[in-house]
Amino acid sequence: MTEDTTKSGLSRRTLLKGAAAGAGLAAGSGAITGFPYVMSQEAKVLRYLGTAVNAGDEISKKCLADTGIKIEYITVTTDDVTKRVVTQPNSFDVLDTEYFSLKKLVPSGNILALDAKKIKEFNNITPVFTKGQLPSGKKIGDQGTAPWKVLYLEGKDSKTFAKSPTEFVTLIPTVYNADTLGIRPDLIKRPISSWAELLNPEFKGKASILNIPSIGIMDAAMVVEATGQYKYADKGNMTKAEIDLTMKILTEAKKSGQFRAFWKDFNESVNLMASGETVIQSMWSPAVTKVRSMGIPCVFQPLKEGYRSWASGFCVSKGVSGKKLEWAYEFVNWFLSGWAGAYLNRQGYYSAVLSTAKANMEPYEWAYWMEGKAAEKDIKAPDGSLLEKAGAIRDGGSYDDRMGSVACWNAVMDENDYMVRKWNEFIAA
Amino acid sequence: MALRDKPSQFVAWLQAGPMMLVFLVFFLVPLAFVIIVSFWDYNEYEMIPSFTTRGYVETFEGCLAQLPDLCTILKTYLKTLKLCFLVWLITLVIGFTVAYFLAFHIRSKTWQIALSLICTIPFWTSNVIRMIAWIPLLGRNGLVNSGLVKAGVIDKPLEWLLYSEFAVVLALVHLFTFFMVVPIFNSMIRIDKRLIEAAYDAGATGFQTLTNVIIPLAKPGIVIGSIFVITIVMGDFVTIGVMGGQQIAAAGKIIETRLNALQFPAAAANAVILLGITFMIIAMLSRLVDVRKEL
Repeated sequence: MTEDTTKSGLSRRTLLKGAAAGAGLAAGSGAITGFPYVMSQEAKVLRYLGTAVNAGDEISKKCLADTGIKIEYITVTTDDVTKRVVTQPNSFDVLDTEYFSLKKLVPSGNILALDAKKIKEFNNITPVFTKGQLPSGKKIGDQGTAPWKVLYLEGKDSKTFAKSPTEFVTLIPTVYNADTLGIRPDLIKRPISSWAELLNPEFKGKASILNIPSIGIMDAAMVVEATGQYKYADKGNMTKAEIDLTMKILTEAKKSGQFRAFWKDFNESVNLMASGETVIQSMWSPAVTKVRSMGIPCVFQPLKEGYRSWASGFCVSKGVSGKKLEWAYEFVNWFLSGWAGAYLNRQGYYSAVLSTAKANMEPYEWAYWMEGKAAEKDIKAPDGSLLEKAGAIRDGGSYDDRMGSVACWNAVMDENDYMVRKWNEFIAA
Repeated sequence: MALRDKPSQFVAWLQAGPMMLVFLVFFLVPLAFVIIVSFWDYNEYEMIPSFTTRGYVETFEGCLAQLPDLCTILKTYLKTLKLCFLVWLITLVIGFTVAYFLAFHIRSKTWQIALSLICTIPFWTSNVIRMIAWIPLLGRNGLVNSGLVKAGVIDKPLEWLLYSEFAVVLALVHLFTFFMVVPIFNSMIRIDKRLIEAAYDAGATGFQTLTNVIIPLAKPGIVIGSIFVITIVMGDFVTIGVMGGQQIAAAGKIIETRLNALQFPAAAANAVILLGITFMIIAMLSRLVDVRKEL
């Protein structure tokens, strides 16, 4: 008897070792769950693929403290996120990506539809995502890949987007924003109110645009419309002729020396602006915040034509199952439960579930960030550094003012391949 | 004879075997894949294994129609060749001078070794760091500009210092001169000093000695160094991207953007084109000198 137990114990162990070595951490930890005492020790680890924007150290620390889930960030550029999902779907568990990427990711079959019923706060997610309207009911711009167009799948393994709500969700929204141009008011010294200023020869050699084709071309389209040269039916889904026109205008500006440089990631944009190489450029809100926290004046300038919006969220790799999938749901639920939302709101982003974020913010913070009111007290960044002194008002005003003025969303066009080729020519021109 | 030859042949194959295997697995096989993939079709999110020349055709789309104006792809290659030529020329001049100094002006072996080791110090930090270090120096409000403005040499900052071809060439020269120094130095120290004495005795001037004795004998080093520099610069996209503010096109950059857009077959096609061009340059260089014989 004794001998038998030892034997079977041994062989099970060897088997486990083999499984762990062969199938890696995921399979290994899955197999170990047969032993209760081992399970209490197993590390809950999720490999989190995304851009640097949302990869906050604070978030992972808080998440570990609250849920015991350790987040391992894999930080790459927007393009690389997509590339990795398509080519190495097993190299990550949780994916943090933008809605516009879904047009590439969903047909690749490498992401798992999430079950809306398992997301506790799903019904509290802001109607911006589910209906394309503000909580007040005001409709917002739907040009481009607006989240509500790609939020649901027809079935669990479907590769087509559903027209009406289903329980299969592609991407659980986490964070979004209304983007506009960043400017250096100290170097421009006059009010800026239109997207057209990006190509104003006055800023020759001092402008920049981001070199991510699907976003850059939207900024360009905002400029083209602002200058009155053309009105698009849908900026986020141009025809070949419209792409040609847009790229021609950009190329002419480039050839006349309008642009100082192009940027591709957050830090590049911060450096360009902080060093004074550029005074007006496409920018992301936290990058503006970063420049400002370095003591350099920088404004995320609201413009009369409205904002170009983006939204990102979480989904899970097709390769994730069992315990790991449960942790993924646990992580998503934790993320929507308020602390992270408040953290994001304090960075100038917006959280997907407003009610829980509000509960985690001081009333004066909520008033400043979300209601467009003057700050009652000093506004601090999540890391505790001073962002704004009491009395300051947020650029662009309240949530309703900003999200209500969204003109278009970041997009992947039907003519994406053609657009990328033209963009290449623009960069090379 | 035949009986005695066979084992020795076998040993020779055995000796060459490991290298051949490495060469096969890590170079020939991947290269074959790249060439195969370059003829595949693709869409937004996958490669389609069916034969098509789309990657090549689209690369040169509109080039014939635009003649005599050059299309973007041809301009890009011309720009790459231009940058490559400039970097090659400058690294050659600097590299040759440094090697000459080390080989002929430093008498003691110890000092030669010590000084050539000093040349390697920049390589203790990564390429990227050495490249990025130029940015705060050359920027609009950088050290050089603010220094010049304060000294009264210029009254407003020079724009062309950073994010320009100048910056690209400067960084590339800084990064790769050493690849010229080493092979040239290596050839030079093996030149028999008596030849130089003989040239001197025969009444040759310093310049005549240089062109008639030293340069011909250092040719293998020059060619090897040139191959290093040219292959690196032709394929570079990081330095050109960072120092050029992502505004300067290079052959490597086209491949990168294609990859980023998940257009792998198109990227492969461009890689094959780039490889072909680089190969032609190297073939021309090898015509100048039989590297194998000279080594």
